[in-house]
Amino acid sequence: MIPHAPIGEAGTTLANKTGSWRIFIPVYHAELCNGCGTCETFCPEGIVHKRVDGDTFTADYDYCKGCGICARECPRDAITMELEEK
Amino acid sequence: MTGRLESGRKVVEGSYAVAHAAAMCRPDVISAYPITPQTHIVEDLSQFVADGVIDSKYINVESEFSALSALVGSSAAGARTYSATTSQGLALMHEVLFNAAGMRLPIVMTIVNRSMSAPINIWNDHQDSVAQRDTGWIQLYIEDAQELVDATVQAYMIGEDPDVSLPVMVCMDGFILSHVFEPVDLLDQEAVDKFLPRFTPVRALDPNNPESFGMFVDPEYYMEFRYLVEQAMDASRPKIEDAARKFESAFGRYYGGLIDTYETDGAEIILVAMGSLVGTLRDVVDSLRNKGVSVGLLKIRAFRPFPADEIRKVVADAKVVVVLDKNISLGTGEGAVTTEIKACMHNTDIRVPVLGFVVGIGGRDIPVTTVQQIVEKAQDVARSGTVSAGASEFVDVKHDLISG
Repeated sequence: MIPHAPIGEAGTTLANKTGSWRIFIPVYHAELCNGCGTCETFCPEGIVHKRVDGDTFTADYDYCKGCGICARECPRDAITMELEEK
Repeated sequence: MTGRLESGRKVVEGSYAVAHAAAMCRPDVISAYPITPQTHIVEDLSQFVADGVIDSKYINVESEFSALSALVGSSAAGARTYSATTSQGLALMHEVLFNAAGMRLPIVMTIVNRSMSAPINIWNDHQDSVAQRDTGWIQLYIEDAQELVDATVQAYMIGEDPDVSLPVMVCMDGFILSHVFEPVDLLDQEAVDKFLPRFTPVRALDPNNPESFGMFVDPEYYMEFRYLVEQAMDASRPKIEDAARKFESAFGRYYGGLIDTYETDGAEIILVAMGSLVGTLRDVVDSLRNKGVSVGLLKIRAFRPFPADEIRKVVADAKVVVVLDKNISLGTGEGAVTTEIKACMHNTDIRVPVLGFVVGIGGRDIPVTTVQQIVEKAQDVARSGTVSAGASEFVDVKHDLISG
């Protein structure tokens, strides 16, 4: 039985791993990253974050759709978009 | 709250009457974008809030899209919500209209009917809300300021009914109703409180029991949710009539439920219209009846849900039906009401010619003489019993401005 309106379990965006939609993957080159955080600011999915062991950034690939905005905005060209083999 | 709103019979602007009625319904949240095209409705409500005479939360937003979006969130959280908009503002809400209906949120919104750009024109026709007829909102078209007051209260009763749970547009003619002063019986707070219970949502956002509202639904289930909205529309038919009758019991005024009729018993010619034009047509019917013309009036009060059964009963024995549309469904050659009146007779035994007339577009006046000429054409059809299939007539079009 469906409810009267499209109402359901909360938090299901975590269950739906949208990283599978990706064609190009952003590769974060830590040696070029100055930790400015521009990539984190511009990410439309909110899935760019600092690496746990440093001041440089990376993406959560479970949810990164590969839009390439972070690579476009990075002032150090420290992110490259590469065709992902699956 | 530091004061209270006036009540009783006053001469007020139509917009003030609507604002007053909305305030009497105690909306928890009012949201509006206060720039052209707006009306005094939300201005008066913001004054009530500033003066402390109502305790609604008033949200000023940056666009009409946001105005309705704010109400979607508020209504999902269980708030009674209100907004008013018009023409381009309503158009900007288009996407959110579908969301409000699909999420089954009983938002009430007054639509001050004005024409759509281009060309820019701020006067009355029904194009703005008629263009939104497929969004899943109940649409009531209102005749005068008093009915607007009363229908605003009825709209909450209809939309918030758990069997309906749909948003409602109360549509009023721009300027003709919104900016004209009329004597109006303003409602009394205690009486409205007694008539209209507090809003109890079917389901509401709750931090203690988190749920997602307005979820992604794949092809396996999407059609079922759309079908549920159609079922809710169907369920609203008796509720619209009930709300009007209950209001009549409590306040002594009735304007029809899904439809209203005037002098239609045995009438050979049935005029069909929505909104303030109905008032003009009542006078035309009176004067023509005095001259022995067999003419009656069918007011479509609910355009959504479309009252097909009720219309069929009224027109079944007529000789001709005349539909006056203040909108054009461009590319069909006629207004949407004409199309739907024709459609509701199809596949039935009713064989009554339907004459469509597009009138009053962009605020053009519809004088009594124009309606009389239309009725003369209808009399010709009633006598001959024949009508040519084809587009509606665009009444009073100045062809000398177009050709040559």
